[in-house]
Amino acid sequence: MDKFGFAQSQKFDTYASRLLPREEYFTSGHRSCQGCGEALAVRWVCKAIGKDAIIAHATGCMEIVSSGMPQTSWMHPWIHVAFENTAAVAAGIETGLKILARKGKIPEPLPAVVAMGGDGGTSDIGLQALSGALERGHNFTYVCWDNEAYMNTGIQRSSSTPYGAMTTTSPPGKRSIGQATWKKNMVAIAVAHGIPYVATASPSYVFDLYFKVRKAIETPGPAYIHVLSVCPTGWRSATDLSVRLGRLAVETGVFPLYEVVNGRYRLTVQPPKLRPVIDYLKPQGRFRHLRKPELDLIQRQTLAAYELLLAKCQAPYPEFPVLSHEEETIAEGA
Amino acid sequence: MIKYTKPLEETTWREMETGGVLTIPGSAREYRVGDWRSQHPVWTKSRCIRCGVCWTVCPEPAIVEEPGGYFDMDPNYCKGCGICARECVTGCITMVPEEE
Repeated sequence: MDKFGFAQSQKFDTYASRLLPREEYFTSGHRSCQGCGEALAVRWVCKAIGKDAIIAHATGCMEIVSSGMPQTSWMHPWIHVAFENTAAVAAGIETGLKILARKGKIPEPLPAVVAMGGDGGTSDIGLQALSGALERGHNFTYVCWDNEAYMNTGIQRSSSTPYGAMTTTSPPGKRSIGQATWKKNMVAIAVAHGIPYVATASPSYVFDLYFKVRKAIETPGPAYIHVLSVCPTGWRSATDLSVRLGRLAVETGVFPLYEVVNGRYRLTVQPPKLRPVIDYLKPQGRFRHLRKPELDLIQRQTLAAYELLLAKCQAPYPEFPVLSHEEETIAEGA
Repeated sequence: MIKYTKPLEETTWREMETGGVLTIPGSAREYRVGDWRSQHPVWTKSRCIRCGVCWTVCPEPAIVEEPGGYFDMDPNYCKGCGICARECVTGCITMVPEEE
C-alpha cells in the first residue's frame, strides 16, 4: 500500500473523514487556480477555527482569489489589510474586543482573532509587525500560507523559497542554479519569541492540521502556525499532485510536521523511513534544471536539518535514505 | 444556484457600500468557476466505499454528499483539477474529458 505513504495518520483519515464538520466557512466560487493547495488549507483552517472568529488577512493569493468585488468567499467577519500590518491589525482587534468586554458592551466569551498571510506577508514584509504582536503577547493566532514564492504577482522569489528553485527573479542558467539561498526558518523565529504554541501543518494531513488549529485557537496568548501549501502554478507541478506533494514533503523530511508547546518540541507525524528527497523534487518543474551535485547538497542539508530537529524533539531516528544513490537525476528520469 | 447579489455586469461602483464593505457572506457562490474545467470526475458507485476522502481533499469545495451517502461533484464549482481521482482510496473516480 505504497499509495498511502508511511504515516499512520493517513490510515486514520480513510475511516474518519466523514466525521469532520460539514459547515463551509470558505465557500465555493473562489477564483483560485485548479488544484490549489492553499485554498484547501484555508478551507480546513476555517472549519477548525469555527463560527466565532474575526479574520485579518494580508494581501496575497488568498485575498485576491476570495474577494473579487463585489463578492466574497468568506463567511467570517473578514478584513483585508496591507502586507506590513496584518499582525498589528489583529492585535488591535483583540485589544478592542477586550476593552468592549470590560465596558460590558459585548458578552463573553470573546470571538477568536486570527491573522493570516502568505509567506511574503509573513517572513519578508510583515515580519516586524508579527514580531511586535508576538512579543506583546496578544491572544491571537497567526496562520502563514507558505507556497514558497510570491505566486499571485507572477512567481517572484521570497525568503521562503527553497535552494535551487526556479522563479522569475531567480532564473537558472549558465551562471545560476536558481534560488541561491536556503529557506528561512520562520518557525524557529516564532519559537524564539517564547510564545506558548507554534506548529507546522500541511493540508495533506487534514486531521493533524485540524487539531493543531483547534489547539492554537484555544491557547491563551499568541500562537503561530506555518502551513505548507502546494502551488501547482508556481511549482510547475501537475494539478492533481497537490495533496501528494504535501505528503512527500513530510515523508522526505523537507517539511517535517511538529509542534512546539511552551518551548518543548514534539514530532506529530513520524515517518519510520525517510524517502530520498528526489521523490519530492522530481514532480516539480521548478527543480528540473538541477543536476547531481546540487541534488546531493539538498539531500545532505535536508538530513542535517532533520537530525537537528529530531535531537530537539528527542524522537527516535528513522531509517535514512542512502546518500550516494547514483541511479537517477531529474533530467534523465523525466 | 442561489442568487445573492445583482449580476456582476450590472453592478457599478455607485452601489458599493462606503469603504467597499461586502455585506453578504459567501456571495462568491453565485460565480460559476465550473466553466473553467476541461475534465470532470465520474464515480463508479459499485467500487465506492463512501469514505469521504474525496470530499476532504477538494479545494473548492465542489464535492457534495448525496442522500444515499455517496459523493458527487457540483458541476457549478468543479474546476477539474483531478485531486479526488488521485487520492481516492479504492480508485473508483476517473477523470472524463468535458464534452461540448
